[in-house]
Amino acid sequence: MTGKKELAVAALRNGTVIDHIPSSAVFRAVRILGLENLDSSVTIGYNLESEKLGKKGIIKVADVEFPEQKLNRIAIIAPTAVVNIIRDFNVVEKRPVRLPETIVGIVKCANPKCITNNEPMPTRFHVISRDPVTIRCHYCNHAVSGSAAEVL
Amino acid sequence: MNKNSLVSIADLNKDELLELLEQARYFEEHPNSKILDGKVVATLFFEPSTRTRLSFETAVNRLGGRVIGFSDASTTSSSKGETLHDTIKMVSNYVDLIVMRHYLEGAARYASEVTDVPVVNAGDGANQHPSQTMLDLYSIYKTQGTLNDLTITMVGDLKYGRTVHSLLMAMSYFNPTFNFVACDELQMPREYLKFCDEHGIRYTCTTDFSPEIINSSDILYMTRVQRERFTDIMEYERVKNLYALRNDMLAESKPTLRILHPLPRVNEIAYDVDSNPKAYYFDQARNGLYARQAIICRALGINPMKNEK
Repeated sequence: MTGKKELAVAALRNGTVIDHIPSSAVFRAVRILGLENLDSSVTIGYNLESEKLGKKGIIKVADVEFPEQKLNRIAIIAPTAVVNIIRDFNVVEKRPVRLPETIVGIVKCANPKCITNNEPMPTRFHVISRDPVTIRCHYCNHAVSGSAAEVL
Repeated sequence: MNKNSLVSIADLNKDELLELLEQARYFEEHPNSKILDGKVVATLFFEPSTRTRLSFETAVNRLGGRVIGFSDASTTSSSKGETLHDTIKMVSNYVDLIVMRHYLEGAARYASEVTDVPVVNAGDGANQHPSQTMLDLYSIYKTQGTLNDLTITMVGDLKYGRTVHSLLMAMSYFNPTFNFVACDELQMPREYLKFCDEHGIRYTCTTDFSPEIINSSDILYMTRVQRERFTDIMEYERVKNLYALRNDMLAESKPTLRILHPLPRVNEIAYDVDSNPKAYYFDQARNGLYARQAIICRALGINPMKNEK
């Protein structure tokens, strides 16, 4: 029962628990996953004590398993996040989020003179550093740190 | 998307750069021919830039092609709210090549992705201006006889000057040594210093435009220090003359030294330098014609040297 501790935190029968999110990134993670539009019960923990992060956030979503690709989007703002898949009170899968090479349509470019802020088009970023996360706009070459990235 | 588009100098590898330089040299010897006969080129200037537009249009005209386009977006449907996407799609129906200048950064990359017609970037905001870099490279190549193992001193505004950033990247293939001379506010950004470190390129950063620096240089690349870059106008007044070149400063410089400047200049090169044979900035501008002829032919998939010999 490796998942016992997570089980205690999550107390979900089925669903997804995303743990070890820096507090500053919790609400942006909510937006990236589109949780506002879900019908299932969602629990958001904020400023919880954490040995690793000081303060951390946690998101619990009942009865939903997200596509891996969607969860990995969180890695832009929360590279420390860990995903737990819960089935029948057991953690059946536990893995860190993994940052993709290219990020399309999630982050807004911080450069007001960038074409993506002036045309109806998806944004596109390339990951140029993973620790700390830094992304660069495919169009205007403006670099921004993941922790400062503004989510669309 | 057309693979012959040229949006950034970083799109070109070393062999492609050298091939373009060879072709620029060919065009300097043969500036007039009919190899673009029957081709129509659009010059879409969403922001005015007379110098660049005339250079591109001359390049097309001297090769027998025809030009359509506009020099100011206020006379086009983009002033009615048409997207760049739609303008590019529409123009693509008419022409074989699009040369575009835009005030927004990334506009040329985006345009190259929405059309199958090749796109040449003639400047997108503060981002990229690859034909300027090609003419800088060609000027260095022509005056020094090589691009390898040169000492290049960049002076003035190294923070915002896109020409120095692109030139730095393009020269990285050729084992250069750089001296970056600027006040602290306008020194070369850290990401470019990191680029040098990663590529094993030697460089020095200094605020002192000293005789030692000048006398060790093969190329002096001067840039304009712009007043609007400063939050503190007193600071501008203090530094604007520190990075100005006067003729007497060149007395002990290498005989092969050449002075480049992307133009327009204001006070960073004194007028008494103009008559010095080491002043190269006006010839540099003429090289832009040959560099752009080479870029246009590459974009159209035409090899101008094919019928030689």
